[in-house]
Amino acid sequence: MTNADRNRLKDKAFQFFGIFCTFIGLAVLAVFLIDILIDGIGRIDWEFLNNLPSRRAHRSGIYTAWIGTLWILLLTTIIAFPLGIGAGVYLEEYGKKSRMATILEINIANLAGVPSIIYGLLGLEIFVRLMALGGSLLAGALTLSLLILPIVIVTTREAIKAVPRSIRDGSFALGASKWQTVWYQVLPASFGGILTGVILALSRAVGEAAPLIVIGALAYVPFAPASPMDEFTVLPIQIFNWISRPQAAFTTNAAAAIIVLLVITFILNGIAVYLRHKWQKRIKW
Amino acid sequence: MAHTRLKHVWLLAVVLTGSLLSGCGPQYSEDADFSLTGSISIDGSSTVYPITEAVAEEYRYHAPNVRTTIGVSGTGGGFKKFSRGEIDISNASRSIKESEAEDARANNISYLQLSVAYDGLTVVVHPRNTWVKDMTAAELKKIWEPEAQGKITRWNQIRPEWPDQELHLYGAGVESGTYDYFTEAIVGKSHSSRGDYTASEDDNVLVQGVSTDPYALGFFGYAYYEENKAKLKAVPINDEDDSNGAGAIMPSLATVKDGTYAPLSRPLFIYVNSTAAQKQHVVDFLQFYFEEVPELTQEVGYIPMPLEKYKQELDKLKAFVAETAKKP
Repeated sequence: MTNADRNRLKDKAFQFFGIFCTFIGLAVLAVFLIDILIDGIGRIDWEFLNNLPSRRAHRSGIYTAWIGTLWILLLTTIIAFPLGIGAGVYLEEYGKKSRMATILEINIANLAGVPSIIYGLLGLEIFVRLMALGGSLLAGALTLSLLILPIVIVTTREAIKAVPRSIRDGSFALGASKWQTVWYQVLPASFGGILTGVILALSRAVGEAAPLIVIGALAYVPFAPASPMDEFTVLPIQIFNWISRPQAAFTTNAAAAIIVLLVITFILNGIAVYLRHKWQKRIKW
Repeated sequence: MAHTRLKHVWLLAVVLTGSLLSGCGPQYSEDADFSLTGSISIDGSSTVYPITEAVAEEYRYHAPNVRTTIGVSGTGGGFKKFSRGEIDISNASRSIKESEAEDARANNISYLQLSVAYDGLTVVVHPRNTWVKDMTAAELKKIWEPEAQGKITRWNQIRPEWPDQELHLYGAGVESGTYDYFTEAIVGKSHSSRGDYTASEDDNVLVQGVSTDPYALGFFGYAYYEENKAKLKAVPINDEDDSNGAGAIMPSLATVKDGTYAPLSRPLFIYVNSTAAQKQHVVDFLQFYFEEVPELTQEVGYIPMPLEKYKQELDKLKAFVAETAKKP
């Protein structure tokens, strides 16, 4: 066997190793999805989406839970979107490369790795008790906003970084101010990437139960929240509650609720893919 | 760009309002009382949750304008909120601790403890475990006390005739009221046990563990045994005190109810804040609670107390309400 043959063999071997690695992840996901679908799909109907919580598994529904989840999504977006993008733009476009900036950068990266329950404890002290918001939707959304802010900031910066230097130089050369350059050139060019980041961060927030339980989100809420100050429940808490009940019928309910939650996540991810695609096509320099 | 984004916002708004309007109209019972209004916030034990949830669900038809909410932050978490006056009623799977009672006093909160049902902590083994016919409370203590850590690791260390096999332990997580009660009843000191066992706050995880491990020994609430009888074998427990039933006693509806399944029968509680007890809708809810709970308890898998006991608790409640009403 010549050296070239051996290298070709190694090449092939590595290729198969790569395929193997890819399929392991996909196979686990597929097993999980199929299992959940088999358990839960038969349980999903109009009643299930429209019923209030009940002690009888077959009469119990996720009406208040999915409305709570949508509320949380909407409020978290409203809060985290401007804050995250603002911070990202500042750090990337305005921030000087000072010691302070480095410290900020390291801390933001660290924050992204803090366990979510810690954010729950923070939210409990600051929003629920200090700001006296109680276990309201607003307190929950603020807590989840803190949780996803680091991700939003980091992805915003990455997206802005990808805009070529020459675009900014061109804009400045035509006499545009820094603000005009950011608003008319940099942000539109990077908006697809930013949106993708925000939506992916939101689909993480939508699956959180622990921090919300800590701040006082409930398990039994027999009314749909009508304002940001109302108490609430969300799908992950409902799932958590059902999974730990003794009766097997509740486990079926949990599987069905997981499917609904997955659908919400898939829709969000779909929107992210669509937006990125659309904005990429629009950019013509 | 602005236009399409606006469209997305609109879509979301339409979906949201549509869903708000389409909420199912609940049916009301004939004696529904629409004049009662207000909100009742309940939090605490996830063990007691199904009982209170069942009552709250029925109460919806009785007083449709009272908004009842229930959380599941655990017995300890519930008492933390209760002693700060943040909730009206606390679900608890153990009595309030001295430290928690002190917090309540510090915040000027007085309260009443009411028992709502029984639970029998059930000791279980794998169905293929042929050697365990019964166990004594002393043997359980020998297994679970802190000194056993790393030492009592084989079945034949408990009784010499049992096989020389590894002993695998499964039990409630240390944050749960179930853990506090079990350690209190078996080890003699609340919140004190060995640490080298598989712990979970979710009893279904323990069911899964014991039912797939022939050398397992675990404990959890009776409802979880009842629902998984086919996969588990319950162990009769002998408290070596013949005054309340001789010999080893199997947990069942009857033995837990009459107290012969000792020492692992436990009462489940709700705690009522005295300020809340002055509100008409809270009192009405609690009266409804004690009227309906004997039947509902059994429906959700727990063990009802004798009927006269419920009457006693209701009398206690009425006395408490009368007493708090007198105070300024």
